[in-house]
Amino acid sequence: MSRPTLKLPGLLKGLGVTIRTLFRTITRGAHTVQYPRVKESPTPRARGVIALHEENCTSCMLCARECPDWCIYIEGHKYLAPPRRPGGKPRQKNALDRFDIDYALCMFCGICVEVCPFEALFWTPEFEYSEPRIADLLHDKSLLGKWMETVPEFEDYEPGAEVKKAKVPR
Amino acid sequence: MNTLTFAIELAYWQQTTIRAIVGLVAVLIPAGTLVYLFLFKMMSFMQSRLGPMEAGPYGSLQLLAEVGKFLQKEDVIPRQADRVVFKAAPFVVLISTFLLVLVIPAGPDAIFIDIDTGIFLALAVSSISVIGILMAGWASSSKYSLLGGLRAAGQLIAYELPLVLAVMGVVIQAGTLNVQGIVMAQAEGEIFGYGGIGNPFIFTQFLGFLIFLVAVQAELTQPPFDMPVAESEIVTGYLTEYTGMRFLLFFIGEFATAGIFSALAATLFLGGWYLPGFDPSDNLFNVIGPLVLMGKVILVAFLIFWFRFTYPRFREDQLQTLAWKVLIPLSLINIVITGVLKVLV
Repeated sequence: MSRPTLKLPGLLKGLGVTIRTLFRTITRGAHTVQYPRVKESPTPRARGVIALHEENCTSCMLCARECPDWCIYIEGHKYLAPPRRPGGKPRQKNALDRFDIDYALCMFCGICVEVCPFEALFWTPEFEYSEPRIADLLHDKSLLGKWMETVPEFEDYEPGAEVKKAKVPR
Repeated sequence: MNTLTFAIELAYWQQTTIRAIVGLVAVLIPAGTLVYLFLFKMMSFMQSRLGPMEAGPYGSLQLLAEVGKFLQKEDVIPRQADRVVFKAAPFVVLISTFLLVLVIPAGPDAIFIDIDTGIFLALAVSSISVIGILMAGWASSSKYSLLGGLRAAGQLIAYELPLVLAVMGVVIQAGTLNVQGIVMAQAEGEIFGYGGIGNPFIFTQFLGFLIFLVAVQAELTQPPFDMPVAESEIVTGYLTEYTGMRFLLFFIGEFATAGIFSALAATLFLGGWYLPGFDPSDNLFNVIGPLVLMGKVILVAFLIFWFRFTYPRFREDQLQTLAWKVLIPLSLINIVITGVLKVLV
């Protein structure tokens, strides 16, 4: 077997590292964040939960079709809206009866947000929505509308960009 | 300093009950303190995190919560396991701890048995835990346990020798195997004629102290010598098949043994229950002796756990090389030098 070489200076340096960390934690606090008492906010573009702006939605079903987990449930009905000008034709519009996202199934891929042509779905960094019952993880239309309050403004483009930044509908 | 003497005549069964309770407390209190202070808090601070903070103020009741958690777990024994040996193994390991506490004095009169071969008894019974670990490894009838048990056999037996030889230097210098005598020799000794702090053997037996610490680290299967319990390699070695209360017995046993070995090191090298400045035969020491000893135990245990949380694991052959080719020759040299100096000086 090979000769044992103790390499004492390296050993002492290792001891120094641990004792230094010990004293730094005692005097200046730990690196970790004590979660329930201190909350770090995630970045604005973090994917926490998906919010729905109901007025933009036309029940085109693209999000429900493209969702890989089939976790979006949409039910709607057609109704006739009054014409825009007097003497015009009544317009046919879609109304949403039910728009549920089942967050027990959702894999937070964002395909629904990306694919929506009318910009009705938005990401928000809100993550504290855990429930004791799995059934309560099915967020209905009103709850999804409430999440709209937590949607942050879109990030600015770099200065000198030609495209104007979109606004989140409130 | 006025001396207060208490003399109550107690029946033999009352004395035995008190001794049993005190023995239990003497083992469990250091174990609990060490687990909280060092495993939960010191390890966490060295890793720049705060450790358990929820159970009780600053997480002090975490050990109680862990005990409760282990108590309510299912008792699983593998089908092929040797049931009697499997169930007996944790108790064999604990027996060696409880027997060790018999000879460590906490005051001039606060000792369970004051026999003239105290150190010899301590070192002999500390070897019983090896059998317990081998029983656990073999009776679990699982690959990981067997590997862990075999590694433990080689390691623990190899490090028995440096442990004993390191103590030999202390015994030669004190001139007696009686543990109380060793404490007195340190309390009443002098360093180059200065008797103010007595003569704690750590100054003259510094090499012995280091060898003893390394050997204790290996006897407790603590990192860097934790091949038998190599967490990332063989699950937990000989502990793999133990669940719930049985695992708790091993766990508390490990920390109790760490506490008792630290108490032994404090007694042999740091002066035991003696605090410099007082008369060693003062009755005051029967009261503050245990506290002084506890303070020294925490000091020694701090060193042991500091090494534990700093160093990575030794490979089995590196471990054995260290024991046989480095520690044993060093401890033999220590004995020779001590013996020569004892006669000449």
